[in-house]
Amino acid sequence: MSGGPAPATLPRILAGVRSHAPMALAHHLELHGALPRFTRGRQSSALLDELQRSGLRGRGGAAFPTATKMAAVLAARGRATVVANGCEGEPASVKDRLLLERLPHLVIDGAVLAAQAVDAADVFITVDEHARSAAHAIHRALRERNDVPRGRLRVRLIAVPPGYLSGQETAVVNFLGGGPAKPTATPPPIFQRGVNRRPTLVNNVETLAHVALIARHGAGWFRELGSQTDPGSKLVTASGAVVNPGVFEIEAGAPVASLLNAAGGCTSQLRAFLLGGYAGTWVTAETGYELTLSSDALADVGASLGAGIVLALPSSACPVAEISSVAAWLSAQSAGQCGPCFNGLHAIATTLEQLRVGVGGPGALARISRWGALAAGRGSCAHPDGVVRFVRSAIDVFGPEFAEHSRRGPCPVCLRPRLLSTPFATPARAAA
Amino acid sequence: MRIVLTSHLRVNWIACEAHGMCAELLPERITLDDWGYPIIDERPIPAELEAHARRAVDACPTLALALERAQARRR
Repeated sequence: MSGGPAPATLPRILAGVRSHAPMALAHHLELHGALPRFTRGRQSSALLDELQRSGLRGRGGAAFPTATKMAAVLAARGRATVVANGCEGEPASVKDRLLLERLPHLVIDGAVLAAQAVDAADVFITVDEHARSAAHAIHRALRERNDVPRGRLRVRLIAVPPGYLSGQETAVVNFLGGGPAKPTATPPPIFQRGVNRRPTLVNNVETLAHVALIARHGAGWFRELGSQTDPGSKLVTASGAVVNPGVFEIEAGAPVASLLNAAGGCTSQLRAFLLGGYAGTWVTAETGYELTLSSDALADVGASLGAGIVLALPSSACPVAEISSVAAWLSAQSAGQCGPCFNGLHAIATTLEQLRVGVGGPGALARISRWGALAAGRGSCAHPDGVVRFVRSAIDVFGPEFAEHSRRGPCPVCLRPRLLSTPFATPARAAA
Repeated sequence: MRIVLTSHLRVNWIACEAHGMCAELLPERITLDDWGYPIIDERPIPAELEAHARRAVDACPTLALALERAQARRR
């Protein structure tokens, strides 16, 4: 690989990032070197091999092996399309927006390389239509470059309506094909039939930023950080009760404690951590402090890092109120297409709110558990599964608080504003 | 070792509108949840139920139920 060795230190992706302006092309090239070109055929298979050896996994939440996904797209019939997915509907994550706004050339590099790896003719860079500065930065960066469009490769910037599920890969593909930004039924998988029925590769923009660096420095360099099974570095959004909430680049497998240090420490005593976002898992503060952010250690406690999210919930917050408001929001974010999700999440959220105000009755938790079992795994996408994971782990971790609320009703803290954000006003629920 | 074909039921959750015909026609494998959507028993469909399964698939007004064949290796 070109570009030569680079030191195994952090930051890698966030090197040279400035707080107020996108990195200009000249600065980007000075920092990372020129973008290596992989022409069709043997050279592009060399890129796939390098990504295979690097062990890079997707950073959008599912952690699927990137090279495996690319190989499946390449093997499918027809000219491929690449989607650089920057929609980021997850309220507890801002890392994709940071990449788009501050490091647009790294994202574009990765998208161009992915297009070379799967021999694609079209690249779509998708951003949330409310993320105006992200769209602006990508738009300006594309105009700065003279390497795209190149030959038959066209790179286009597409604004996608906001929504928790808008960034779900079949939803993005559906929107790019002229439909609503809602998940669709699979099979066929999008690697065979995606945008305009072409084989489609959807990669998170952070995944592509790693591709841009692996293409320059090689798989060996990437693996100098992290472990055999979980190599490289990761962007993590730390929020909640930390002094400096924001995006941090950590070594895969770094301790939670070092992330908290990087974020300036905690502002108050913690009650719990939310790992992996609103489709993620709650763990108690005691468990969380001792964890490392490696996929194996997190799997041992039934968690994952998702799209790179660690939220610290202070003891001063009311977990029952937080869970109830997020569950209501997640229920409203259901695309409303699959009965068990639409009905099940609504029933769960309604009962959680009844629990909060103390009118749930003695069977409330049992009802939530039963509806959770009915909703999980019975949707076209994994949305119900994620919500059920979030609610179940909350009930495990916050047992005393739930018991207190069902006995005595709302607590004084419930009347304060919520800590967990539930953005973009939710559309009124359509009649079932 | 030989390869056998097994049949499984699969629901397209977006297409399903909870008509409930499938549970009437194949109660051995399909029950309904609180809202009338099918709960499918994941076990393979045995030969003696195959005709009933196919009737349930054919009767679905929204074509949301499918009988899928998968290869399984059996010793």
